[in-house]
Amino acid sequence: MIHIRKYYYGDFGESGSGETTTNNKKNIAPANNTTGHDWPLWEVFIRSKQGLDHKHMGSLHAADAQMAIENARDVYTRRMEGVSIWVVESQHIHASNPDEAESLYDPANDKAYRHPTFYDLPDEVKHM
Amino acid sequence: MPVHDLEKTFLDKIEREVKIEPRDWMPDAYRKNLIRQISQHAHSEIVGMLPEGNWITRAPSLKRKAILIAKAQDEAGHGLYLYSATETLGTSREETINDLHSGKAKYSSIFNYPTLSWADIGAIGWLVDGAAIINQVMLCRTSYGPYARAMVRICREESFHQRQGFEILLVLSRGSAEQKAMCQDALNRWWWPSLMMFGPRDSDSTHSDQSMKWKIKRMSNDELRQKFIDMIAEQVKVLGMTLPDPDLKWNEERKHYDFGAIDWAEFWNVVKGNGPCNKQRIEARTKAWDEGAWVREAAVAYAEKRKEKSKSALEAA
Repeated sequence: MIHIRKYYYGDFGESGSGETTTNNKKNIAPANNTTGHDWPLWEVFIRSKQGLDHKHMGSLHAADAQMAIENARDVYTRRMEGVSIWVVESQHIHASNPDEAESLYDPANDKAYRHPTFYDLPDEVKHM
Repeated sequence: MPVHDLEKTFLDKIEREVKIEPRDWMPDAYRKNLIRQISQHAHSEIVGMLPEGNWITRAPSLKRKAILIAKAQDEAGHGLYLYSATETLGTSREETINDLHSGKAKYSSIFNYPTLSWADIGAIGWLVDGAAIINQVMLCRTSYGPYARAMVRICREESFHQRQGFEILLVLSRGSAEQKAMCQDALNRWWWPSLMMFGPRDSDSTHSDQSMKWKIKRMSNDELRQKFIDMIAEQVKVLGMTLPDPDLKWNEERKHYDFGAIDWAEFWNVVKGNGPCNKQRIEARTKAWDEGAWVREAAVAYAEKRKEKSKSALEAA
């Protein structure tokens, strides 16, 4: 018979018995008392290597810009994904309205002559 | 635009595999469903660090400690990607976290099981992360853009977790008689809970139908579970170990492994909060949150002070 040592620390408290211990339930304040305390939200942009644009990676919370950059380093570049980080507080980003997309992009829709494939040229013309 | 037109546009996008983005119109039920699912996923990443945290100081070598720290750090990161994705749906971070602490939001029940030996860390990597990856690979194609993008990033990082877990077990499976027994014991304990990770049978699943229609999920619980079983049943041979299911065998006709009955009573019992570690997990989370309150407040005070300082320096100049 092989004896396997099993450890009960941590998961079951240091007391060691395999039974679940009874915990005093903490009083959790209702959500409406404690909301509104989040640190500001920041959008993170990362340049993956020199010569490329910064690209939106995601967002995170931080008390200030410096902390946002440090957190972005930990959250978004654990595997050398970046050589430069930009952070912008999300509230400073202005975006177009997706409901107006149709009218907003309409002027681009009917101008096929802006694309090189619009022009029919003889096959003899190379590299154009 | 009237609501039924908006809904039509929305369904049309889903149909054409166009991703839904945060500012697009979406039905309330779609939004709610996503908040529930993504936040649950985020909580699972965060609570999932706890059973492993137990072993960071007790891992058998410096190498194993370093690896385990890196894995736990990834999981914290994955939790953050997913909390951010949840926030794009209009909830605050604080609300989401309060819902975990109050018990309103759930996390994966697997993390309510204890880690009793070092082999458990291997079993978690191979089986628990393995099951999670099967689910997450599917979610890379989910219909909500921010969720899909978070999943792509997570999947890229997650495969090391499964490989390191399998390697822990491989080393044990080639070790002393005691180490082999430890390895088998961990598999015996983690196998069935891992199968439960895919959720109830399709016939008993409350959210599945609508989620499939909206392409939040792309495969059913039972399909994913079968995929996982087929994969693990082959890999376990490399370890020279067995899975604790006498009914597990290859079915030539189905081209899948058949498997024994899952104890759903246990599953629901753990979901309802009566698993071995449910109380400890939530208590650990609330303790960390409560005891970290002063840090959150201090950081805000420091940021404000620094802002004031740079303002007055500017005025003086």
